[in-house]
Amino acid sequence: MNIVSGLINGLSLGAIYALIALGYTMVYGIARMLNFAHGDIIMVGAYAIYFAVGISDNPVVSILGSIVFAILICTLMGVITEGLAYRPLRGASPLAVLITAIGVSYFLQGIAQMAFGAKALPITLPNLGTIRLFGTSISVGTIITLILGLILMLALTLFVKYTRTGRAMLAVSEDNGAAQLMGVNVNRIIMLTFAIGSALAAFASLFYLFSIPSVDPKLGSMPGIKAFAAAVIGGIGSIPGAVIGGLLLGLIENVCKTVPGLSQYTLAIEFGILILMLLIRPIGILGKKRRVKV
Amino acid sequence: MALLEVKDLEVYYGVIRALKGISFEVSKGEIVTLIGANGAGKTTIMQSVIGLIPARAGTVIYNGTDITRLPCHKVVGLGMTQVPEGRRVFQELSVHDNLLMGAYSSKDKKQIKKDVERICQWFPRLGERLTQIAGTLSGGEQQMLAMGRAMMSHPDLLMLDEPSMGLSPLLVDEVFEIIQEFRKDGTTILLVEQNAGKSLAISDRAYVLENGRIVLSGTGKELMESEEVKKAYLGG
Repeated sequence: MNIVSGLINGLSLGAIYALIALGYTMVYGIARMLNFAHGDIIMVGAYAIYFAVGISDNPVVSILGSIVFAILICTLMGVITEGLAYRPLRGASPLAVLITAIGVSYFLQGIAQMAFGAKALPITLPNLGTIRLFGTSISVGTIITLILGLILMLALTLFVKYTRTGRAMLAVSEDNGAAQLMGVNVNRIIMLTFAIGSALAAFASLFYLFSIPSVDPKLGSMPGIKAFAAAVIGGIGSIPGAVIGGLLLGLIENVCKTVPGLSQYTLAIEFGILILMLLIRPIGILGKKRRVKV
Repeated sequence: MALLEVKDLEVYYGVIRALKGISFEVSKGEIVTLIGANGAGKTTIMQSVIGLIPARAGTVIYNGTDITRLPCHKVVGLGMTQVPEGRRVFQELSVHDNLLMGAYSSKDKKQIKKDVERICQWFPRLGERLTQIAGTLSGGEQQMLAMGRAMMSHPDLLMLDEPSMGLSPLLVDEVFEIIQEFRKDGTTILLVEQNAGKSLAISDRAYVLENGRIVLSGTGKELMESEEVKKAYLGG
């Protein structure tokens, strides 16, 4: 294990966390809620891939087919949960929304368990092999994760900054009422935010399966909660913050796992950093203090 | 026919009756002002008319359409817009992006570009600061931006909620001049102000609001000369 491969593996893992963290942070920024069911969308995506991956013996077709199917199912699931569970609670107390989100999380897990059983199902993704880079061998899946992950984050950033809809998202996140005065349909923007977040989660599902090729109903919990920590570390509500937080957490996790004697403390260290961040700078690395509105 | 017709409007905050049956109208081409002290219900009227706060009773008719139960974004689509109290420009967006948000309902990019130029002619200061982040503008510049942003949508009815609040006397004069410019441009104006003197002077008609009720109405001139208004709002 040299530094380069450590860096690439860490950033690649971080890209997965960042993609999930983006979903948390965008939904928080725009709908002012913590969607704790977001991690379970990854589980939904993983099952989608489990069923779609066999459509072809050609590895490229198989991967492309399963990611498209996963995006479809995840987006649908994100929009449905928003419409059925969260929309009726618009304007309700944040605690009610939070509890609902936790409920949705268990609901999705329960449905998956009823449908596919509680046992982990092994999944055979096409073997993409490894390549030699800077004197070490690195799996192609890791490289794809890193590069595609960064491209997706860049695309999202450009979308938000330079399109009419993206501007509306920023506007809603800053001042919901003023955005309505501009003619923005806030419910539509919130739905779209859930759709985008869920589509990114579908990619995260595929990338996650590259490293751990098995599917179970609780698969989304741990990456979900870690990505949430990443979003908070980066500054919840901030898109670049989620990217930085995610990549940082991935690097730290990879270091913990490779340093002898440290690996069993990985989780403690990661969440320790979250606690430290909350003590030192509760708004996160790139978080902004919100103006208090009277 | 009135462009905006509000009838017996009632709004509650919880159990508190903030508007106790408000009726007024604004005709095409007019400048109409609602004056009243803090807490009289001016902002509540503005937000309720445009659909940000639901009305408990009464009707709001705009251009012949009943908009009482219409959500805000649909009302805005009908050609009504508002410069809200406290300006509420998007602090984290650039001046240019704020103006583009004002044209959100339109997808005609050429027209939008022309409109940005038009706004910059009205407010040259904004033209010089298009790429600047709105949060870094001075209070006066933010007020200009809020007004420019509202005009991006070519409203038939522009509602302004306390546009002179927190501005220096010089800027207040500028704001009232621009409001008259807007009217000359064909925009009907509904103004809410605490600065009764300045706003009555430019108004065709005005209403005096007290505790959620309209207690007096008349032309701007009549109200300026009314003893009650002089005592309560014009400092004797």
